[in-house]
Amino acid sequence: MLRFILTRVSLIIPTFVGLTLVAFILVHLIPGDPIETLAGERGIDAERHARLLSEYGLDKPLPVQYAVYVGHVLHGDFGLSLITHQSVIREFAALFPATIELSVCAVLFAIGLGLPAGIIAAVKRNTPFDHGVMATALAGYSMPIFWWGLLLILLFSGWLALTPVSGRISVEYFVEPQTGFLLIDSLLSDQEGAFRSAVSHLILPTIVLGTVPLAVIARMTRSAMLEVLGEDYIRTARAKGLPPYWVVGAHALRNALIPVVTVIGLQIGSLFAGAILTETIFSWPGVGKWLYEAVNRRDYPVLQGGVLLIGTVVMAVNLGIDLLYGLINPRIRHTR
Amino acid sequence: MRHTIIAAAAVAGVIAGIPLAQAKTLVYCSEGSPENFYPAINTTGTTFDASSRQIYDRLVEFERGTTKVVPGLAESWEIAKDSKTFTFHLRKGVKWQTTKSFTPSRDFNADDVLFSFERQWKQDNPFYKVTSDNHSYFSDMGFPKLLKAVSKVDDYTVRFELNEPEAPFLADLAMDFASIISKEYAEKMLKAGTPEKVDQDPVGTGPFMLVQYQKDAIIRYKAHPDYYLGKAKIDDLVFAITPDVSVRLQKLKAGECHVMPHPNPADLQSIRQDTNLKLFDQPGLNIAYLAFQTQKKPFTDKHVRQAISMAINKKAILDAVYQGAGVAAKNPIPPVMWSYNDDVKDYPYDPATAKKLLADAGVGDGFATDLWAMPVQRPYNPNARRIAELMQADLAKLGITAEIKTFEWGEYRKRAQNGEHQMVELGWTGDNGDPDNFLHVLLGCDSATTNGSNVAKWCYKPFDDLIIEAEHTTDIEKRTDLYRKAQVIFKDEAPWFTIAHSVQYAVVSQKVDDFRLSPFGHHQFYGVDLK
Amino acid sequence: MVTEVADIVPVAQRGPRHPAREFWDYFRTNHGAVGGLMIIIGLLLLAAFAGVVAPHSPIATHNDAFLRPPVWEAGGSWTYPLGTDAIGRDILSRVIHGSRLSLLIGTLAVSIAFLCGVALGLVAGFFRGIPEIGIMRLVDIMLTLPSLLLAMVVVAILGPGLINAMFAVAIVTLPAYVRITRAAVIAERARDYVVAARVAGAGRWRLMFSTVLPNCMAPLIVQATLGFSAAILDAASLGFLGLGAQPPLPEWGTMLADSREFVLRAWWVVTFPGVAILVTVLAFNLLGDGLRDALDPKLKR
Repeated sequence: MLRFILTRVSLIIPTFVGLTLVAFILVHLIPGDPIETLAGERGIDAERHARLLSEYGLDKPLPVQYAVYVGHVLHGDFGLSLITHQSVIREFAALFPATIELSVCAVLFAIGLGLPAGIIAAVKRNTPFDHGVMATALAGYSMPIFWWGLLLILLFSGWLALTPVSGRISVEYFVEPQTGFLLIDSLLSDQEGAFRSAVSHLILPTIVLGTVPLAVIARMTRSAMLEVLGEDYIRTARAKGLPPYWVVGAHALRNALIPVVTVIGLQIGSLFAGAILTETIFSWPGVGKWLYEAVNRRDYPVLQGGVLLIGTVVMAVNLGIDLLYGLINPRIRHTR
Repeated sequence: MRHTIIAAAAVAGVIAGIPLAQAKTLVYCSEGSPENFYPAINTTGTTFDASSRQIYDRLVEFERGTTKVVPGLAESWEIAKDSKTFTFHLRKGVKWQTTKSFTPSRDFNADDVLFSFERQWKQDNPFYKVTSDNHSYFSDMGFPKLLKAVSKVDDYTVRFELNEPEAPFLADLAMDFASIISKEYAEKMLKAGTPEKVDQDPVGTGPFMLVQYQKDAIIRYKAHPDYYLGKAKIDDLVFAITPDVSVRLQKLKAGECHVMPHPNPADLQSIRQDTNLKLFDQPGLNIAYLAFQTQKKPFTDKHVRQAISMAINKKAILDAVYQGAGVAAKNPIPPVMWSYNDDVKDYPYDPATAKKLLADAGVGDGFATDLWAMPVQRPYNPNARRIAELMQADLAKLGITAEIKTFEWGEYRKRAQNGEHQMVELGWTGDNGDPDNFLHVLLGCDSATTNGSNVAKWCYKPFDDLIIEAEHTTDIEKRTDLYRKAQVIFKDEAPWFTIAHSVQYAVVSQKVDDFRLSPFGHHQFYGVDLK
Repeated sequence: MVTEVADIVPVAQRGPRHPAREFWDYFRTNHGAVGGLMIIIGLLLLAAFAGVVAPHSPIATHNDAFLRPPVWEAGGSWTYPLGTDAIGRDILSRVIHGSRLSLLIGTLAVSIAFLCGVALGLVAGFFRGIPEIGIMRLVDIMLTLPSLLLAMVVVAILGPGLINAMFAVAIVTLPAYVRITRAAVIAERARDYVVAARVAGAGRWRLMFSTVLPNCMAPLIVQATLGFSAAILDAASLGFLGLGAQPPLPEWGTMLADSREFVLRAWWVVTFPGVAILVTVLAFNLLGDGLRDALDPKLKR
């Protein structure tokens, strides 16, 4: 078992090194001088330009810069933002909980709706319900979510005035960040209405971010269920006269869940891609919006640190899923 | 709604340690997160609004809502005959704010003034590099070359000596970068090994002190109880960071905030009609223009330049892009600036005459040119790209094919200054209200020959003589006269197609009392009250 | 790692009927897929004849008609059936011309990704060892980065614009082709016909391109069709973030970005480009699903 874990962990080390290299190279390929970009109409004089270059370590040869960069990264130092002069890792740490909160809610929303919809569609195969679910899922899967977000804002915030348009909580509430997850913090804060406000701010972004995973989960659950329902042991269970909900719930679902969980795991990357768009639309103070702004403001260190940190998070999640499988299924442990 | 706000404010008040009963909270829906809380290393209004305009004070101040310089931390001052020595008498009994991280042991004094300038000036100052050594404004305003010495005469007297006379020096000291920071706090933090805290948990003498900041979400302040002009009328000030314009307006309409900056031009009409809202406008100290490369053919011929000035429909640009958030520009300086020559006549939109002028110049069949549009939004130009598209369409009618080009912002500015373009969109924002800051810098000969800000590369002796003479004159009436003449020459020579001066807007709820919009675009909340 | 498409086993056993015939018979029973195909044909026609069909030029500004509502709303007129945008451009014409851009982006991005991906996949599958490790490591790294983030970084390097966005999308979608090709090649290499060809003295290149590749095509075709929708969606996302096609090009995502500020005021500038994206992406997904079902022998049983 330990060997299995060690092998898996050691496998990701080259990927991580590659990732640092990619993050470093990508950012250095960006044309334009970051220092020049910071200046306004007045420009910047040569002497100060040189001084700033050296302040940010941009005047050394690239291999040296890379070595220095990796050294810093290993010490948890991802550099300073060119714009705010704050440490990249600190900004990331401050904003990441917001992204996690949104993503977790979106995944829960997607599972909560997608799983039952997929199961029922599979059980009632080729009924109008099945066709309806599959058509909706395909539409959701094809949805440009940035547009979807705008439509929901137009409908729910504009015409119906039901939900707030942006932000995480109404400004009336003074919530000290303790965990960084506002749903929890607002409960801890003992302020009446704070939790409700946080929830109402979460609804639209959750729906927008959850739409694509919802569609994927519904489709995947349906096809996995169909496959399992066709297996011999299910037929046997049915033939034995077990009640249908029992067959579906206890036997089929358990086996159908494995591919579904895999798909959910694989959604992490695309979930984050969606978070960039969702956070931008709803002014959600998370890392997606932060990185988008970094691209626009040419904030190299933030972009570099962000790419590396996000890549690491995705890698860690995938590793976690991998290990989990190994625990559940001993067969996997011994391949490779 | 109001009840909940007051109730919530009361809760916040308890936390912040303010008496319950009369807590008043003003919520400002700001447009973005400040870069940090040290004004001297930043250049954006967003950061100034969050830091220098609430937390800090300066030796002299711009009177709220005007460009007039009035006493601030300095009660009075003397200017020597040669205009090279300025002596400031500091106010006594000014208290520093007491925050979580700092309890002051003394009042504001001359040491703080010296420290605030030396931090940006002397490379051996231990704080020179803290947070960043990019003291942009200090350098941009020419202070490193201008300042000869800043010295402490006694605890409450400071003397500035300059290398040359500088008429707008006093106004410079009212600018955000000249905010006064606490030397005692800085020393304490340096000793504790956390010098950067000075800029993260700021301590000032100003009317509000920082309580909480969450990036991209919220900034909370409470009133400084011992402010030297008396405690602010509001108890708590909240910046709800709301980058999306339409969302800001929605929040304002829903009563979630009281003040918002920069409304969407498209919404101005509906705001004016809303009886719950007040719209403030203030023409900005800026200009957006299209400069012709006057050293490249065919723009060497002033008739071509005049023709293009008549070929572009300025009104359409103002309607479509500024949508009311701008006024048509005819002079290179904004109308709020002294010496603005209102007698100058702008070129009319007249494609027929333009066609004739082009024919006379020998390019009647049109020509191909480039048209540069900057990639970023600037205070004077909300959408350079959209303007370029409109110009392109207008020019096509005269057979001129203009190819729209753009570069990344730093590159764009540099190439324009090198004169690599044929036509380029650019603009300027003034900081101290002096016409020299526009006319000399943007149109003078010395910045045309070097790779300077004169992107028209336009060097015209009669014009240059006038502005040089004005620069060396102290008599304001005489200067006014010279600048007015210069503007007439400028219009006739047409090195620029002057586009617009943007107008600053702020929308304020009717509950807010005595809000004033600054010509510099600042949002200051001392003096504001809630009904 | 298992992806939805990676586990498709290439068509190997052939029935008695001609495979194309069999494929078509199966395909046309799938109404969704046929519908998708029809929409795509319709879009192709629209794109081809955009100049004739569109009532106005997509970039012509009409100074007398800023933000006109569509014809059925008060204030609308038949001159601008779907209304105009902030600087008076006809939205219908822009949406129609936008189909050209989206199909162009889709075609080119998919072609580039397909060609490069298949080439890399073949190399990785045939030349085990260093090339394989290098290529697959790079693919792994690319897969750890969310596609849109990677595309944003690529655009940050190349600069915003239609062509660059297309390259970014191609790069981002590359790993899928590499993986599928490699997996298929490895599966095929062990088969008898390949071994036979090798024994018969076929050269490596011949083996790669003439013997193995044609037999790996089925999953690749499905991936390419689905890749079309992904490419169009990604390019529109980039456009929406201001990093894709630049105005005045009537790319749908760019149009949305341009009109975002009017969302609460002029719903039509926001609605129609989005509908266009949704319909196009949906059509390609329908077609891709249909192809997958028709080409997948497992489901055919």
